[in-house]
Amino acid sequence: MLDYVWLVPLFPAVGFIINGLIGKRIDRRLVGWIGCSAIGLSFFFSILLFFELIQLPPASRHHEFEIFEWVVSGDFRTVIGYQVDPLSILMALVVSGVSFFIHIYSIGYMHGDPGYPRYFTYLNLFVFMMLNLVLANNFLLMFVGWEGVGLCSYLLIGFWFERDSASNAGKKAFVVNRVGDFGFLLGIFLIFTNLGTLDFTEVFHKAPSLDVTLATTIAILLFIGAAGKSAQLPLYVWLPDAMEGPTPVSSLIHAATMVTAGVYMIARCNVLYSMAPIALTIVAVIGVATAIYAASIGLTQNDIKRVLAYSTISQLGYMFLGVGVGAYGAGMFHLMTHAFFKGLLFLGAGSVMHAMSGELDMRKMGGLRRKIPITFWTFVPATLAIAGIPGFSGFFSKDEILWQAYSSSHGHFLLWAVGVIAAGMTSFYMFRLLFMTFFGQCRAPEEVKKHIHESPKVMTVPLGVLSVLSIIGGYVGIPHIFGGGFNKIGEFLAPVVGGHGEVAKGHAVFSFEKVAHAAEGGGATATAHGLQSASMEMILMAISVIVALIGILMAYVFYIKRPNLPGIVAEKGKTLYTVLINKYFVDEIYEFCFVDSLKSLGIALWKGFDDLVIDGAVNGVGHLTVGLSGVLRKIQTGFVQSYAFFMIIGGVIVVGYYMIRAIFY
Amino acid sequence: MGITVPQINFSIIAPELIISAFALVVLLLGVFFPRTGKNDYLGYVSLVGIVVAFLYTFPIMGKSQYAFNNMIVADGFGVFFKVIFLIIAFLTVLISIGYARRVDIDFGEYYALIMFATLGMMLMAAGTSLITIFLGLETMSIAIYVLAGLMRGDRKSIESALKYFLLGAFATGFLLYGMALIYGSTGTIILEEIAAYIKSKPELLRSPMIIMGIALLTIGFGFKVATVPFHMWTPDVYEGAPTSITAFMATGVKAAGFAGFIRVFFSALGAFQPDWIAIMWLLAVATMTVGNVVAIAQTNIKRMLAYSSIAHAGYILVAFVAGNELGTASILFYLLVYAFMNIGAFTVVILLGKRGEENVLISDYAGIGFKYPLLGASMTIFMLSMAGIPPLGGFMGKFYIFSAAVKAEYYWLAVIGVLNSAISVYYYLRVTVFMYFREPEREITGLTFSPASVVAVIISVWGVLYMGIFPSDILALAQRSITGLL
Amino acid sequence: MLYGYFAILVYILIALGFAGFVILASHVVGQRKSTATKLSPYECGMPTIGPTLRRLPIRYYIIAMLFLVFDIEIVFIYPWAVIYRSFKGFGFFILGEMLVFVGILIIAYIYVWRKGALEWE
Repeated sequence: MLDYVWLVPLFPAVGFIINGLIGKRIDRRLVGWIGCSAIGLSFFFSILLFFELIQLPPASRHHEFEIFEWVVSGDFRTVIGYQVDPLSILMALVVSGVSFFIHIYSIGYMHGDPGYPRYFTYLNLFVFMMLNLVLANNFLLMFVGWEGVGLCSYLLIGFWFERDSASNAGKKAFVVNRVGDFGFLLGIFLIFTNLGTLDFTEVFHKAPSLDVTLATTIAILLFIGAAGKSAQLPLYVWLPDAMEGPTPVSSLIHAATMVTAGVYMIARCNVLYSMAPIALTIVAVIGVATAIYAASIGLTQNDIKRVLAYSTISQLGYMFLGVGVGAYGAGMFHLMTHAFFKGLLFLGAGSVMHAMSGELDMRKMGGLRRKIPITFWTFVPATLAIAGIPGFSGFFSKDEILWQAYSSSHGHFLLWAVGVIAAGMTSFYMFRLLFMTFFGQCRAPEEVKKHIHESPKVMTVPLGVLSVLSIIGGYVGIPHIFGGGFNKIGEFLAPVVGGHGEVAKGHAVFSFEKVAHAAEGGGATATAHGLQSASMEMILMAISVIVALIGILMAYVFYIKRPNLPGIVAEKGKTLYTVLINKYFVDEIYEFCFVDSLKSLGIALWKGFDDLVIDGAVNGVGHLTVGLSGVLRKIQTGFVQSYAFFMIIGGVIVVGYYMIRAIFY
Repeated sequence: MGITVPQINFSIIAPELIISAFALVVLLLGVFFPRTGKNDYLGYVSLVGIVVAFLYTFPIMGKSQYAFNNMIVADGFGVFFKVIFLIIAFLTVLISIGYARRVDIDFGEYYALIMFATLGMMLMAAGTSLITIFLGLETMSIAIYVLAGLMRGDRKSIESALKYFLLGAFATGFLLYGMALIYGSTGTIILEEIAAYIKSKPELLRSPMIIMGIALLTIGFGFKVATVPFHMWTPDVYEGAPTSITAFMATGVKAAGFAGFIRVFFSALGAFQPDWIAIMWLLAVATMTVGNVVAIAQTNIKRMLAYSSIAHAGYILVAFVAGNELGTASILFYLLVYAFMNIGAFTVVILLGKRGEENVLISDYAGIGFKYPLLGASMTIFMLSMAGIPPLGGFMGKFYIFSAAVKAEYYWLAVIGVLNSAISVYYYLRVTVFMYFREPEREITGLTFSPASVVAVIISVWGVLYMGIFPSDILALAQRSITGLL
Repeated sequence: MLYGYFAILVYILIALGFAGFVILASHVVGQRKSTATKLSPYECGMPTIGPTLRRLPIRYYIIAMLFLVFDIEIVFIYPWAVIYRSFKGFGFFILGEMLVFVGILIIAYIYVWRKGALEWE
């Protein structure tokens, strides 16, 4: 059965081909049906594979399926294939599952769009590439998927290309991602040249032979790639702009799946990272910095999708914090719950937009609670989940990360503290969003008001399913203090992310093992230690919950009780407010530093050579031989002379170098 | 008398002989049965010739045999290049059928000259003496000069031919002088004997005369493969020449230049590697950077592809600097995949033009992606491949090249190379952006697609995909081909 | 080991210096007064008649080039004839080689002829 793993990516590929070739000519309903059923089948097979896998003993939950031998020559052999292990199957489940619901939702959302077949074509291609990324058994196929999802993201961000902003946003996303890929690619080169293989199993098997500096370099380079794809500082700039795409795309690609690829990649390479504590620290610090940075921007944004975009960046920061302190399982756990609730939030936002005739500005919303109740009631659990309210999925995963940030040997009190403050900000801006959108008076123009309506079933059913998942999704990873043995997800992932090396083992199943050990009545000290850490964890958890509640309370005061307060506060802290609402002016700075200068360099070189030098030469020749200049300019002899002149200059440099070398060395 | 008969083995140069014979046949057919406006049949005759020559490369595969007093060799390296040249010639002839008629250059001479140029290229790759290589280079170059200026009514074409001829002659001067200095220092023109002589006389390593020769050879070959600062002719010449010939130049001439470059520098002058490595490093960096950065500002697609071809020469020089087995193998790999993607791109350029309206501005591509979906998709594949996006062939080529650089511990070179290919995404993507994300300002209508050109596009797409997804066979072949060279 | 080349370097420097000095000196010392006569093109001391840049019929060039090409090719036959006797036993082969060579020349000749390059009018 596990050999049929290739079926999982196959269905989306088939869907892509069918819709791509004949999508324009067949009935629209059929197009949507093909698109959804392709992903549905994929999801179905992922579930089958999952059950197949958990029947095996944990140690042997690893299966590779070879597609073809990629390179077999000399000292180098890499086989292209798929691999099924707890990590990849978890990702496959999340990807195909969330995609499936979002595909269904899209049938309603994209209804009436002229690019309907194109949309499903791209979306299926995306899922195909994403599944390649997560199921790959080697760096190369992973990179193929990595670039593939980038390409689809670009195509889908620019889906409504008639809008200039959309096609520019697409280009920006692609180009920024390439900066990250540059790091990733160099990392792959280093692995390839030092270990002679790109196969995950072999690389991680041979990795301990690398020296620490090299491992650190590789780990940092790979992280640059992850930072680009997962929108971390300083490469996050493309993600807010990516909101130009259709909302289900934002939900699927820019919240639930593609942007988490970086986290997955680091979890996959945990062996390398565990060898390189410095790289881990960098990951953790960048992660937590991004978390608080993006959360602070989220406080002031008025565009509903932008708030969610910054929230995504911030939550991705949490995931990196998790993997950065060596708690790979915790990072993956948050990845999963985040896929549920953030996917849901975006779909909910899409439903709001649908009701509001495409309005994005929250200042023009309000009071939608009664008008679109289903959207509202599905939106609430997602908001509670992301705010970290106990009982909802986000609480379990975020708390796991924060606890590990504090307690793991790579952790630090400061990492925890910053994480908690960011969590407070998160609950504030999320409830701000909730209050501004669904509570109070409706501030929409009369025209829009008349048309406010609930979305069709095809959109609300996925909302319902995801809201259930947002609530119960966290119960697969209940912290041990509420009873040992319930952290199913940590246990499940342990063979992959905790199977190698002592350090990782200590963390991924850290809490579980320690307490189990204590409970089974080890030494008295062990028990005491276990209890101590348990009580500590309880205290930290309480603090983070209180901070989250304070955030909610503040949002309540600001946006329900005294709606004039935000204006006053903004006035008081004007500088800070301006900086925040302009997103720290980072886009402007980047535009100035990189984009403009590169462009003008290109133009300068071109103008410099072609216009100045050459035309100058032509004109010079012209002045000398006035009578002939007309003819000369026409056949442009001046060009050739100056070309020859440059050749001579180059020749002199080359010859000069050789001769100087010959004389002095 | 002390004259001995050299070992003569015609089977070793069978592909060359066949190509020559067919070239002469086509030339005569062209003058005896000229069918104005209906000369496509000459193209088909040429195709037959190229295929037959291709078949005759099989008997010499896997051999390593010298002939004609060590002037020429049939080894893996030479045969691999011959195959590349024949594929390039095949594709060029395919895209010329139809196009040549459109721009009124479908004379017998046109196809004959393409085959003569191919002959020159093959001699360059197979030659193991400075004279053979030089003769090959000149045979190729002179044919190309004429081909570039074949559109006699077109000012740009004439300008292109004249510039290329003048500067080419200039560069040839450097090359020949370099060869003369090396001959003067070592007393032989056979590459292996040069290497042996240098080995036997270590003091030659510091002889200014031979080093001067190497410097001049660097300039001469640098011109042929269009490295900065010997690249200035490229954009003008590529823009003006008939598009099919531009494709031929960008791929064939460049590949031939590298064949000679590698053969001379690795077989004969390997001992001087410490001397030329730094200057090659510099040339590689300058070539990549100038090519890519200037390409950003281009509005004419032929000029853009010209600068892009400069950049690609830079990437290949990276592997040249690496100088290890993987590096040299990756050059062969890259040149082959580059041939596919570049000819493919130029074919799309050709297909989008019609008589009197060539549509070579990038803005002309607006909306093409939806109007001609398959053409747009092919162009996207070529552009992405050149930009180095997996799983296309261009990515694999770059992957091997930069891996080779990392393996040889030229980390900075690899970093600069990868950064450069990141920059290049910008302008390759711009074409795609125009094709898919821009509304056309004016309708492009009435295009007629020549079936032969469509076949060329299909072959190119296949090549790019095949080499991207199953690169192992080709790379293994390339690695086998270079045994004994280093 | 570079002493041998040192003399050449000195020689180049002196040559360059002298040339530069002379040009500079004539520039500084000399007087320049341009008149119409001085600026007119010089042609054997005669006043020029008509435009000096006249087009010549291209046929001159073609005929001259063809003559050169075939003339040079024919020259190859001489050394071949001289050493022909020393290759005993290979006679037919060597003769065949020359026939191929001449054959190619004849093809070129036919081509030129059919192309009309030998027509004067």
